[in-house]
Amino acid sequence: MARTLINVPPKAKRGEIITIKTLISHIMETGFRHSNVGVRIPRDIIDTFVCTYNGEEIFRATLYPAIAANPFITFHTVATESGTIAFKWTGDKGFSATESVKITVE
Amino acid sequence: MTPRWRRSPYILLLTTLLAGLWLSARAEIPLNERRSSYADMSRDSKAMQDDDTSNPGMLAVLDGEALWKTKAGAADRACADCHGDARASMKGVAARYPAFEATLGRPVNLEQRINICRAQRQNAQPFAYESKDMLALSAFVAMQSRGEPIAPPDDPRLRSFRDNGRSLFTSRQGQLNLSCSQCHDDNWGKSLAGNTVTQGHPTGYPIYRLEWQSLGSLQRRLRNCMIGMRAETYTYGAPEYVDMELYLMWRARGMTLETPAVRP
Amino acid sequence: MNRRLSSPATRRAVLAAAGGACLALTVRPAAATPAALTLAIRKVVGEADVKPGKVQIELPPLVENGNTVAMSVSVDSPMTPKDHVKAIHVFTEKNPQPNIISVQLGPRAGRASISTRIRLADTQKVVAICELSDGTFWSHSVDVIITLGACLEDNLI
Repeated sequence: MARTLINVPPKAKRGEIITIKTLISHIMETGFRHSNVGVRIPRDIIDTFVCTYNGEEIFRATLYPAIAANPFITFHTVATESGTIAFKWTGDKGFSATESVKITVE
Repeated sequence: MTPRWRRSPYILLLTTLLAGLWLSARAEIPLNERRSSYADMSRDSKAMQDDDTSNPGMLAVLDGEALWKTKAGAADRACADCHGDARASMKGVAARYPAFEATLGRPVNLEQRINICRAQRQNAQPFAYESKDMLALSAFVAMQSRGEPIAPPDDPRLRSFRDNGRSLFTSRQGQLNLSCSQCHDDNWGKSLAGNTVTQGHPTGYPIYRLEWQSLGSLQRRLRNCMIGMRAETYTYGAPEYVDMELYLMWRARGMTLETPAVRP
Repeated sequence: MNRRLSSPATRRAVLAAAGGACLALTVRPAAATPAALTLAIRKVVGEADVKPGKVQIELPPLVENGNTVAMSVSVDSPMTPKDHVKAIHVFTEKNPQPNIISVQLGPRAGRASISTRIRLADTQKVVAICELSDGTFWSHSVDVIITLGACLEDNLI
């Protein structure tokens, strides 16, 4: 599975807005490049990124070839309760990667 | 009677030209004027490097950490089996490479050292240059020297190779008939194609170069430079590259290692 | 006796057609144009009016390398169930394809602000459009200048 790096504060106060940073290893081949013999290199990108908080979707992004390689996405959510924040990336060629972190909310 | 050299305009011109060239070509950057190319980057590129969770080079470091612990080769041995915790055993190593390898009678860089270990200690296939595994492992090892001063070894056996490296750095080459030194010693700080010319110190290799959108070694970057100068590049692992690395690390002695750096 | 092959009007038509054909041959078929940008925006907003304001794009004015450009988009919104940002869409004017990213938010976001790294093919305009919970659309656009790192390899592009 592709390598990921997630930054979520392990602890937060109830109602606090937390910042979530995600980084995943992926070439994000645009589909617009050509090899040195003029053959078009097919598109190979992550096109969907979804984040759930204790199973409820809190963030969804549709990515296009204009997103740089090794997609880095930062967003926010309100720390409502302790539990699991889960991430899923899907894309071309059946690409799929998941990651999850625990958060303690007091 | 006016001296002969003053009477001939051509001799006067030649003398002035030679004097001008001698005065304008600074040999080396004074030690206290050296600075890492980090300083010449945009604020956003610096931010990308500074945050371990946004630095794409860290993805390779994590891969390298996994490789460090993976048993490999006919000897079924992991790096960790001999070297233990890399945080302790690899600290300072990348800062003093390239180093002399007695069995080969010449210096080797970190990537070559890794391959020597793979062949001799693990009985494993060497990693190909610039392969994902090679970059990951060298990034992981080099990162253990992050924050350390670059400390080229004071080894007399390295002298002739270092001098060769210096000679390659200062010799004109390619269709543009440029030497590395002309940009990076004589004209650093000025602009070239919208970017600032850096001093060209290898303070963060392997780097995540935005242009490559991936990690790459110093040799890959040197090849880019040579292509930019319209010069014929050497093959990966060529002794010329290692000699240049050796000289460049000496030229950057005392500067802080930043691996894995981000560069435009 | 010389006979003109065609009347001036027909000659003009032939020349215009030839000129048009030449133009068609030189224009890259896959490139985005301002028209493609407008179409991509219409696909997202439908027939609704898009007013300037509320959403803010942060992009460096001068970019070292178009392959990786840090971008932030934020909307000043209380993010309550009654008043929040439903979605943010970002577009470009001159990339081969007009879309960059679309995100769905909601009151659970707390703050309508996202950051990512994008590719920009050329000096151009970047447009962000946000959709609020009351169904209105707001936009902001910035101009970015792209330069390129020196000493590149013979790469595939």
